[in-house]
Amino acid sequence: MERGSPRILVRDSGFQDDDWRGEFIQWSGEGDRSALPHGVALDVENTVPAEDIVPLFGRIALIRIAFPSHMDGRGFSLARYLRLLGYRGRLRASGCFLADQYAMARRSGFDEVEIDPTLAERQPEEQWLFRANWRTHDYRERLGRRL
Amino acid sequence: MYRYDSFDREFVRNRVAQFRQQVERRIDGSLTEEEFKPLRLMNGLYLQLHAYMLRVAIPYGTLDSRQMRQLARIAERWDKGYGHFTTRQNVQFNWPRLKDVPDILDALADVEMHAIQTSGNCVRNVTADHFAGAAADEIADPRPTAELLRQWSTDHPEFAFLPRKFKIAVSGSPVDRAVTRAHDIGIRIVRNGAGEIGYEVSVGGGLGRTPVIGTVIRDFLPEGDLLPYVESILQVYNAIGRRDNKFKARIKITVGEHGIEAFRQRVEERFRIQRRAFEGADRARFEDIRTMFAAPAYIEAPTGAFDAALARDPAFRSFVDTNLHPHRNPDYAIVTVSLKAHGATPGDATAEQMRVIADLAERYGHDEIRISHEQNCILPHVHRRDVPAVHAALREANLATANVGLASDIIACPGMDYCNLATARSIPIAQGIATRVKERGDERQVGDLKIKISGCVNACGHHHVGHIGILGLDRAGAENYQITLGGDGTETAALGERTGPGFASDDVVPAVDRLIDTYLELRSDEDEAFLATYRRVGMQPFKAALYPDAALATGG
Amino acid sequence: MARAFRPCVLTANDLFDGDVVYLAPDGAWTRRPGGARLFEDEAEANRSLAAAEAQEDVIVGPYLAAAAPGGRQGPEPVHVREVLRAAGPSNYCHGKQAGS
Repeated sequence: MERGSPRILVRDSGFQDDDWRGEFIQWSGEGDRSALPHGVALDVENTVPAEDIVPLFGRIALIRIAFPSHMDGRGFSLARYLRLLGYRGRLRASGCFLADQYAMARRSGFDEVEIDPTLAERQPEEQWLFRANWRTHDYRERLGRRL
Repeated sequence: MYRYDSFDREFVRNRVAQFRQQVERRIDGSLTEEEFKPLRLMNGLYLQLHAYMLRVAIPYGTLDSRQMRQLARIAERWDKGYGHFTTRQNVQFNWPRLKDVPDILDALADVEMHAIQTSGNCVRNVTADHFAGAAADEIADPRPTAELLRQWSTDHPEFAFLPRKFKIAVSGSPVDRAVTRAHDIGIRIVRNGAGEIGYEVSVGGGLGRTPVIGTVIRDFLPEGDLLPYVESILQVYNAIGRRDNKFKARIKITVGEHGIEAFRQRVEERFRIQRRAFEGADRARFEDIRTMFAAPAYIEAPTGAFDAALARDPAFRSFVDTNLHPHRNPDYAIVTVSLKAHGATPGDATAEQMRVIADLAERYGHDEIRISHEQNCILPHVHRRDVPAVHAALREANLATANVGLASDIIACPGMDYCNLATARSIPIAQGIATRVKERGDERQVGDLKIKISGCVNACGHHHVGHIGILGLDRAGAENYQITLGGDGTETAALGERTGPGFASDDVVPAVDRLIDTYLELRSDEDEAFLATYRRVGMQPFKAALYPDAALATGG
Repeated sequence: MARAFRPCVLTANDLFDGDVVYLAPDGAWTRRPGGARLFEDEAEANRSLAAAEAQEDVIVGPYLAAAAPGGRQGPEPVHVREVLRAAGPSNYCHGKQAGS
């Protein structure tokens, strides 16, 4: 997303302004891990192996996973696997997204979805709220699967 | 049979409501076609050559009379009075209008049916042996496993946008009637040395542009580990499957490029973690499901009427020879209703025929019907004393064609008569071959011969595993057909071998004619089937018959 | 090698019932194959295609399909796929061949 453009967060309650004030650090799995400050927010591609982020869990406050296309579901598996590996911080999906994918995001372990204003205009808040009841009708929950 | 509980009911209704809203959003412009397309596909709605097409799932091929009657009603009310049964235990309606589709989905929900995940890059309708729960040779009924997988995969949040579609099949017998090795994941129920039931899991099978026979990734998976294991395979595939090239996106390519050992290692690593996520409710659910597939209350009665009809009526004898299979209860039979009348469209059934089958199932078949990947209907539990009455009723409805497993029992995809992806027609080729076979009048002498026709490289007509496979291609705007020989979709799976240059559409029927003649000349005796003869003598004599001039010129 | 331009029609499917439609000379969409406008100029065809791509509210998947001028019946499809689209399936008298 372009620097400086207003980010819209979608949560179960609907649209809201982004309350994250800090910077995002692009992280590709390479480089000096110890240089990352505590309470950092990471930007990651959906191709980063979840295992590579595990050593950083203690110092990350937020992970933002990019969705380069609404047809690319890798971010869902990455999110779920991060949760399975014990990540408890904030998890955000960002990029090309459909309102219909909101429930998938939440069920995969995301806390929120970040979209740009153009998308928000074309897919207004009520379309996202229509899928905000993501806890109901979930077969995985019925099969007793923990996240 | 599996019955929806309130959870399933609410899920399906809710899904229809979502799709109704998605259709409205497409029409009002808040969804572009590019965005709407994956959503409609996830609900089984395609846009084909002439119209929309709705693909309805028949999970593991099982339905009852009420459901079959509803399909008939939908065909009459919203379509053109017929349905097309496919090679993946689905039924397709070829002419619905976009705005009617939510109503059709509601009508399906009324009878515990849906069109969810019959298309799109997600886990598709889970298929199973069409003789499940009835076959004499069965280790265990594959349907509870298939139903558990259906529930687990339905609306799975991680796997709705995979690199490509994903197909799973389950077989419960040593004889593989579900073509498991041609699936992304093939599951065969097996017993280990200790007598415990588990699964042999194969991965990376598939037909299409690059046909591959699946490789076993686990030779014995304990029953209780099924969901975490399958979920691990899907997770690995979702993460490392290729997305840069549609033709290299199926899991068979992923497995091929990484190698089965490296792929297995990744899956096993994931599995160690995934396993912790399932805490036992899935096993309880599985047991509940299993009780719903209990055998029907079999009738105990003499079978004299069957024997009398067999002695009296040659047409009945023919029907029994080909269309009956052994049932686990010796007083019963599995009756296959052929949807392959000579010259008809393979897999099509009119609303009227659907109702006849529904009535027979209700009256004589413990209210069970199956759909096979071979595009036929099956009454899995018919007491032998009732088979003559069933046969008589089928004759009335032009449904008693005694050709199951014979040359005219042809699998054919819809081809370019309907399908947007097709490069040539399949249906007229199937019609032509079946008509010719009838003229020859010797299909019973010819015996077991599986002819399978696809109208493009995607291979929905399973041509790679046909004893005779036919693939329709586009050669500079004209239809052209390649022939393969020796394919096999069973537990002895093999891919067919191409004979040589393709044939123009008018030359396909004569070519098949020559192949049949050649087989009859070469077979060692009447018991040696086409595939066995081919395996014994090889391609050469068939090639010589297909290309007489070329054989002389080049020596083959 | 660039392919030589061949005369063509602009075709798509109707959003609401999926029926095959063709762009007519007056700029409207017609269901009659013979009522299609025959493009003999490549630039003109491409301009019309681009314009059609913005008409998602009524049609889906527009593309150019080779066609022959035909006679009084109007343009005729060249490729067998387009012949089928213009008529309907060969196994039943359904689709356009069934008449309106």
